Amino acid sequence: MIAELGLAALWLAAALAALQLYAGTMALRPGGEGVAALVRPAAVVQGIACAFAFLMLLWLFAITDLSVKLVAANSHSAKPMIFKLAGAWGNHEGSMLLWVAVMALSGALIALVERRLPEKTMLATLAAQAFVGLGFYAFLIASSNPFERLPQPAVEGLGLNPLLQDIGLAFHPPTLYFGYVGLSVAFSFAVGALLTRQVTPEFARVMRPWVLGAWVFLTLGITAGSYWAYYELGWGGWWFWDPVENASLMPWLAATALLHSASVLAARDALRAWTIMLGVVAFSMSMVGTFLVRSGILTSVHAFAVDPERGSFILVLLTLYIGGALALFALRAGTVSEGQRFAVTSREGALVFNNVMLSAILGIVLLGTLYPLLTEAFGVRVSVGPPYFNPVGAIFAIPMLLVMAVGPLLRWRRDSIGRIQRPLILIGAIILAALVAVLALGEMSVLPLLGLAIAVGLAVASFLPLRGRRLTRVPLAVWGMVLAHFGLAVALFGMASESAFSKERLAAVAIGETAQVGPWEVTLSEVLPAAGPNWTAIEGHLLASYADGNPIELDPQSRSFWAPLQETTESALATRWNGQLYAVVGSEAGAGRWQLRLWWKPFVTFIWYGGMLVALGGALALIGRVIDDLRRRAVLARIARRRSEEAV
Amino acid sequence: MSALKPKHQRLVLVVIALVALIGAGLLAAWALRSQASYFYVPEQMMAEPPEPGRAVRLGGMVEEGSIRTLPDGVTVAFLVGDGKARVPVRFAGILPDLFVEGSGVVAEGRLGPDGTFVADNLLAKHDENYVPRELQEMTEHQKREVVAETEDGA
Repeated sequence: MIAELGLAALWLAAALAALQLYAGTMALRPGGEGVAALVRPAAVVQGIACAFAFLMLLWLFAITDLSVKLVAANSHSAKPMIFKLAGAWGNHEGSMLLWVAVMALSGALIALVERRLPEKTMLATLAAQAFVGLGFYAFLIASSNPFERLPQPAVEGLGLNPLLQDIGLAFHPPTLYFGYVGLSVAFSFAVGALLTRQVTPEFARVMRPWVLGAWVFLTLGITAGSYWAYYELGWGGWWFWDPVENASLMPWLAATALLHSASVLAARDALRAWTIMLGVVAFSMSMVGTFLVRSGILTSVHAFAVDPERGSFILVLLTLYIGGALALFALRAGTVSEGQRFAVTSREGALVFNNVMLSAILGIVLLGTLYPLLTEAFGVRVSVGPPYFNPVGAIFAIPMLLVMAVGPLLRWRRDSIGRIQRPLILIGAIILAALVAVLALGEMSVLPLLGLAIAVGLAVASFLPLRGRRLTRVPLAVWGMVLAHFGLAVALFGMASESAFSKERLAAVAIGETAQVGPWEVTLSEVLPAAGPNWTAIEGHLLASYADGNPIELDPQSRSFWAPLQETTESALATRWNGQLYAVVGSEAGAGRWQLRLWWKPFVTFIWYGGMLVALGGALALIGRVIDDLRRRAVLARIARRRSEEAV
Repeated sequence: MSALKPKHQRLVLVVIALVALIGAGLLAAWALRSQASYFYVPEQMMAEPPEPGRAVRLGGMVEEGSIRTLPDGVTVAFLVGDGKARVPVRFAGILPDLFVEGSGVVAEGRLGPDGTFVADNLLAKHDENYVPRELQEMTEHQKREVVAETEDGA
């Protein structure tokens, strides 16, 4: 009964989306004002219906209703409750339903509160939102019905992939989806503005919170995903340039560019067409990402629950959305009049430069990700990895980071290098000093060296916009920028340090023996069996001491799950302020020895701290912008009230 | 610096952006040709070996009875075959879960001067749902081979 209720709600939501699209489109035509009143209520009810459908799915998972195919295939009555619930979106159908539910709720939210744009632009935006939503409803109902019943209820569920039975999973995919949804809202605003030719600073201000929110979620999702891959896969790496990782990075790059160009549009009324274009590209990238992840068309360590048929469905949606939006852009961009002009040496100039660099990096990642597909069409199978992405990406990332250090110091519209001479010299001197200092530590390859030096320079430079200002009066949005830029420097420092200073040790160790890695001494004290609710394991007990300090106990495991049958390695980590010791235990190596793989990774944690700082900066900026908007609205309302009182 | 004719600013911006993007594209195309790692099956690797030191991948079946652990306890040597040829492979590290004789594997690494493939990383079947795509095709290909062979024999 619950499943049927959920399905009915899903159909209702789909029908309302169709109504919303129809009414929104009709309302744009002359004489169509009659149906305009339907659009906002349709969006609100659609959001409620779709959220209800998702709640029904959660309920089915909570009670482990094994007559529902999705529950039987992905859940198990022995699983802890949190993983039962996470199982609702830890699969293809459920995650798509979550996506569309969040999207419908966002549509409902803008329908309820957004009154700043011209009404026609809002109607066009909501129609575009309904158009995007409709594709997803069709996809869910036609090929991925999450509420499908089994002819015979299953006796027991098939469990959830144990690699995914992790608290990280409960939050990682939804976080990325929130990001994708935010970009879909930005896309709808862009289409709405383009349809009604209202590409104004007001439009940028309305779109910006959605882009900021999406960007914060994407940043968090990528950071969490990277840490998950790092400790869960047991390979000691934090980024593999895997197609699925690239799929989340590409929308992030586009959203970063969009965020900055929207700021230029909001503050200075420049970069109109470019902002619209980025809005289209950012959402396109999240669709490309979904397509790559869900179709299984590329080999990936993350590839699970793939299905070529669904892949083609997403490909059709992708072509429809992107093709349609680009065609609209080609038709309309010429009629968007040029915005305010600016000099090359100006805040706008720096932002444009970084926008172009970000787009170039995006293109490089996209080409590298799709290249194996391309060559396979000619019968050659290749894979593209760090030897391509790292140097080629760096060629564009390094100038971008340097300009990023300077850009916030420049004034809008027109400025001169001479005015910011002193901070420029300061930043340059810091980078040079860092270069020399790092070189003194020993030889290393070029990229980590440059990374470390630029990270130090950027970390200092990110705080320079605060100089000479009363800190209590600095707007939240500026704090957000400072924090986000500083976070990027911190993350960059972690990446470069990990790549430059990591030490690895692989050894076969007997009980009581000691292995050394960097400043650590690791002793294998015993190896014991261990057991959990649905797995058994061998557990190595290690005593690790840093530079003769007190030993810390580490217990890496090699686990065997039985539902489904699978083995995983559970790494153990010892975290210090200046890095992490990473330990993995392998199989028996003969003669009473066990395989141990140890890494000492100085400052590796900075990568994720940095990512969190970036997200925090984004969140601060978002809060600052929303508060500003609310204040402005209050002021406008007061003025309007006073006027009406005067009129009386 | 700021002597741009305002009239042409939009055009100039578009041109700069296009030049940067096309430059990135050309650079990427060049780098992809030289940096992409090619996929070999043992037969190809024997017939036209890649230059030593170039990163490539080798996919095939782990030959029955070929896995042995070297005395250091962490290096494993085995043969990867495709029914037509076999390549000796050496790997130092913790073996992936479900790495067993008779199952498929993709080894990432480079061919050494002595004809041994030195793997940095091994990709094996993760679980019953996930098979590296190359392997999937490989096993189907092999199935066909096996069927053909038995039919010939009959």
